[in-house]
Amino acid sequence: MPSDDRSGNLAPGELLGLYRTMLTIRRFEERVTREFRRGKIPGFVHSYAGSEAIAVGVCAHLDDADMITSTHRGHGHCIAKGCDLRAMFAEVAGRVDGLCRGRGGSMHVADFSKGMLGANAIVGGGIGIATGAALAAQCSGSRAVAVAFFGDGAANQGVLHESMNLASIWRLPIVYVCENNGWAESTPASYASSIVRLADRAAGYAMEGVTVDAASVVDVHRAAGAAIERARAGSGPTFLEVTTRRFEGHFVGDPAKYRNEDVAELRISDPIADARSLLLSSGLFTDGDLQALESAVDVSIDQAADWALESEWPDPESVERDVYAPTGVVQ
Amino acid sequence: MSIEAPRQISMLDALREALELEMASDPNVIILGEDVAGGAGLGAPYEGSMGGTFGVTRGLFEKFGGRRVRDTPISEAGFVGAAIGAAVAGMRPVVDLMWSNFALLSFDQIANQAAKLRYMFGGQSGVPMVLRMAMGAGLSAGGQHSDTLYSLFTHIPGLKVVVPSNAYDAKGLLAQAIRDDDPVLFFEHMSLYPKKADVPEGRYAIDLGRARVVKQGSDVTIVAIAAMVERALAAADLLAAEGIDAEVVDPRTLSPLDERSILDSVAKTHRLIVVDESPPRCGIAGDIAGLVAQHIPSELRSGVRLLTCPHTPVPFSPTLEARYVPSVERVAATARELCGHG
Repeated sequence: MPSDDRSGNLAPGELLGLYRTMLTIRRFEERVTREFRRGKIPGFVHSYAGSEAIAVGVCAHLDDADMITSTHRGHGHCIAKGCDLRAMFAEVAGRVDGLCRGRGGSMHVADFSKGMLGANAIVGGGIGIATGAALAAQCSGSRAVAVAFFGDGAANQGVLHESMNLASIWRLPIVYVCENNGWAESTPASYASSIVRLADRAAGYAMEGVTVDAASVVDVHRAAGAAIERARAGSGPTFLEVTTRRFEGHFVGDPAKYRNEDVAELRISDPIADARSLLLSSGLFTDGDLQALESAVDVSIDQAADWALESEWPDPESVERDVYAPTGVVQ
Repeated sequence: MSIEAPRQISMLDALREALELEMASDPNVIILGEDVAGGAGLGAPYEGSMGGTFGVTRGLFEKFGGRRVRDTPISEAGFVGAAIGAAVAGMRPVVDLMWSNFALLSFDQIANQAAKLRYMFGGQSGVPMVLRMAMGAGLSAGGQHSDTLYSLFTHIPGLKVVVPSNAYDAKGLLAQAIRDDDPVLFFEHMSLYPKKADVPEGRYAIDLGRARVVKQGSDVTIVAIAAMVERALAAADLLAAEGIDAEVVDPRTLSPLDERSILDSVAKTHRLIVVDESPPRCGIAGDIAGLVAQHIPSELRSGVRLLTCPHTPVPFSPTLEARYVPSVERVAATARELCGHG
């Protein structure tokens, strides 16, 4: 790849991989939205469309031993962390073949085998857990790091501040990734937060605070790489704020009448379109190459969704299962 | 398991022994909480000098080091959250919350995260974590340092709740709580800390969910919880002199609850009193009464009596506090009335 500033130090193959994963997330969300509107998905769902570069740019530096916690808007984190698309879709659809056997749903997808410690429907709910995962990594002397994903709404939760303080005094291997999409449901961050740049809060905990924008997966990838390297080296936590845009309402079906912004204009800052143009401008990939990849992504999503929607519903008689450990004790 | 000749130690020392033995046998057991080391980071002679507000963890910092016995800032949501995360990532944290009231600062972590994680994620992981906390009236500690919140947590599926009444049980139950794969809330009644009992030196564990019939009897069943057990026993002594033979049952754990032992006892005595040092609404006393009413209503020869605190916060002044907690005399009088000796 040419030494283009916009591509950072990413090898062409790497950028192609990030593009593919971002597109997978976008297509997954589009299919979920369609199935939700058709009544095939119970509950409610929150689309990650527009923020794909964050999950993908961060998780590209992680392996299965590294642990993340996610949010109610968590499909992107799951896919970026390597969760199986079919089992994920089945979980969102409440089916027995879901990652959580249909117990969790969209807001509680987890795959511990991939280090995905769960989406969380309490705003800020995963932050303490990720901090503890980092504590365990430190206690056991492993090289693993933890990442807590959360939004600008959670930036005002006490548990974030308590956790950042703990991580700082104990120098835990963790990165706090704040996805600042400007909205906590209908409440703008400009109203709800005492400061504009949320990364400034890091200074209160003697922590590195960095802000990048999600329009460029390259930027996110670079900033996340530095933060994760710092964590792995035992140099302590980082607060990484990524400004982004919520392409949809708070949830699928939200009329979003409170929005005072032009959504079409927001969509101009699309990390997927940006990465595509970067790949083309590298001269290493033709439009045809990318179209072939895009078709393959479409097929994988269609197969996952079709498989999931054919999956069985959980047996009603299993309702009392898994409240406690099967034996309850370890001898 | 080796059980040597008995010796008498306090519940406080018994709890420390359980922690020490479990930590020695499993390197994944860690302790977190405010002042659990005490003076951590200050160097000798201050480092480790406090050992918890009540002294339960004293000496463990010196033995196991600061990585495994970690002082926390005063931030319950943060460190209980961290304990949950550490638990799902392979550790077995034992958190000292100091007073049970402080658990409420981490209520989201306990009720929304720890309790539900196994279920919501389809059994992929449990949360092998113990939350230790002191409780109980009697020290004029006032409204925010005296609550017995065990009923509140017993209501929540996914949690286990342990309420030891003596040093022997405390050691065995804490050992089992640490080995358990689910989150356990472990309530230590402050008035019991200095009370001594025969406690073997070795490592042993008591299963969660097994009540103990502390005293056999045939006329009335008194189910008593934590510090109320010794009051029930004292009342039983008074009653014995009057020809009333009371049976005293200590559930030892409220979640899981040993329903069978309670029902068997009532089926034998046909009378039930529950003595519970907590407020009456939606409490464990009513729950136990409901159990009997639902399963063996025809076995009851007379009504059920629930001796709880009044539905008030715990008062401060000693005269009020003494009135607040069910007394030995109230237990005895209730039994007399129920047995027709009033």
